[in-house]
Amino acid sequence: MLTEHAKVMKALAAAGEIVGRKKLQKMIYIAKKLDFPFYEKFDFHFYGPYSEELTCRIEELCALGFLQEEKEKKSGYVQYRYTLTEAGEQFLRHYDWDMPGLDECMQTMNGQNARFLELVSTILYFEHLSKEEVKEKIAVVKSKQRYTEEEIEEAYAYIEALRSRCNPKARV
Amino acid sequence: MYSGGQLDEEKVFKDPVHRYIHVRDKLIWDLIGTKEFQRLRRIKQLGTTYLTFHGAEHSRFNHSLGVYEIIRRIIDDVFVGRDHWDHSERLLCLCAALLHDLGHGPFSHSFEKVFRLDHEDFTRAIILGDTEVNAALRQVDDDFPRRVAEVIAKTYPNKLVVSLISSQIDADRMDYLLRDAYYTGVSYGYFDMERILRVMRPREDQVVIKRSGMHAVEDYIMSRYQMYWQVYFHPVTRSAEVILTKILHRAKKLYEDGYSFQTKPVHFLSFFAGNVALDDYLALDESIILFYFQQWQEEQDPILRDLCRRFVRRRLFKYTEFHPTNDQMAKLIELTGLFRKAGIDPDYYLVVDSSSDLPYDFYRPGEEGERLPIYLLMPNGELRELSRESVLVDAISGKRRTDHKLYFPADFLEDLSAKRTVKKAILEILKG
Repeated sequence: MLTEHAKVMKALAAAGEIVGRKKLQKMIYIAKKLDFPFYEKFDFHFYGPYSEELTCRIEELCALGFLQEEKEKKSGYVQYRYTLTEAGEQFLRHYDWDMPGLDECMQTMNGQNARFLELVSTILYFEHLSKEEVKEKIAVVKSKQRYTEEEIEEAYAYIEALRSRCNPKARV
Repeated sequence: MYSGGQLDEEKVFKDPVHRYIHVRDKLIWDLIGTKEFQRLRRIKQLGTTYLTFHGAEHSRFNHSLGVYEIIRRIIDDVFVGRDHWDHSERLLCLCAALLHDLGHGPFSHSFEKVFRLDHEDFTRAIILGDTEVNAALRQVDDDFPRRVAEVIAKTYPNKLVVSLISSQIDADRMDYLLRDAYYTGVSYGYFDMERILRVMRPREDQVVIKRSGMHAVEDYIMSRYQMYWQVYFHPVTRSAEVILTKILHRAKKLYEDGYSFQTKPVHFLSFFAGNVALDDYLALDESIILFYFQQWQEEQDPILRDLCRRFVRRRLFKYTEFHPTNDQMAKLIELTGLFRKAGIDPDYYLVVDSSSDLPYDFYRPGEEGERLPIYLLMPNGELRELSRESVLVDAISGKRRTDHKLYFPADFLEDLSAKRTVKKAILEILKG
């Protein structure tokens, strides 16, 4: 019970700290697309894949005191910083299963910025299309982000590297 | 290019929410007549809510027509001739509005959870596959089905078109709030939709609302908030969902274990195997599901039999508030063990249900670039986010409210004819 909550917390525990809701959303989405067993439903929104279910789950975990959400005012917007609390760590001890490969995956992604992860998650969202079609799609649906050809190639290489390094070995 | 054929005579549907739904386009009329669209008559808009609010028997067919009608009014009565609005997108918008829920299955929330499906994949498959809907759409041109699917998937380049169907103030939400309020009989789902439609204005990427219409939008936001907690997330409805979900889990488990069903789950086989073809999906509707539940009330397996009887006879689980702190989690583990000792399988009879299990999109104004908020168009032409102007919206959009409940079969536990001591211990813990 509450297994899906625990999985999100495992992801946060692995990352240590995640700065930004957008980044958190994209990291979980990418992990899901890499076949880690996250089952939150994602839709395509203005800024890429987004899950209301995940947002609600994070809110619940904050309300329960398992996650700490710190609000930081930036110029023109608010940014949120997430960390696991001691109570959260205690909660996770109720779940003795592991998600092999997740730690490395989350840590690697946490080293990237939200803009890049938005590109990576968008490519994964359209991965049923050919590479050329994905590029065309990005030019249209992400026109304001103005991703360069170089960034897109980098994102493809990044996905490939992630897939070979962070291979989920267990299902929960 | 499709000439945009019009019917010789306008068709109208009588509708309790919008009074009349007007159809002038032949393509819309053709789509309504397809077997895939007619299937929506056999899928209830609110799933198991009818077990709580007995009037809530309306279907996704009603709602889909309603969304179409709202979009038609916005386009034909408000947007036509205005800047930013490309009227050549009219038919695309109408089709996407009509077909936006086409892929919903029976009791889709539980079904999608248990079988790891996404109705949006099926919406796309129906629109793009070998179906009557696809054939109707291709009357426009061969690429038209793809464009309709993209609008519904929110990946269409013209974001204004997408935002009409799916945004924080869209035709989908406006219809379901009014319709669900009407059919459940509650009084808090109402808001002045006519007023909102009149003050909607097209902008490059989304619909915005004239500042003078702010109070109507406040009402709409309040309606969303109230409907979620009073109707969509009603604890009795959740209890029915819990049982429905457990029936599906049990049937799948029995199938995998080679159990010999008296009534074989023929319609479920591809769902159990995880290789659902479109035809299998379309063959399933709520009447079929309820037929199986009716039949399975007499199965040999005691769990499947009991769960089906509970669902059909509305003998639902009771619940208690459960705040899963670490203390409560320890109690939950203890309860799980006691349920086993009492001979009641906790995998089916002890269930934590959380608000995130039925996520509902509250209005969220201040995110870092996730979803576009509602913007007010100020008299000076400036755009201002709604909660910065509305004290009311600011008050409720900043508040987090989460909820967890623990569901259990009180009747089993209160029957002390066997395992008296352990059941008493369980009841003591549940009473807190």
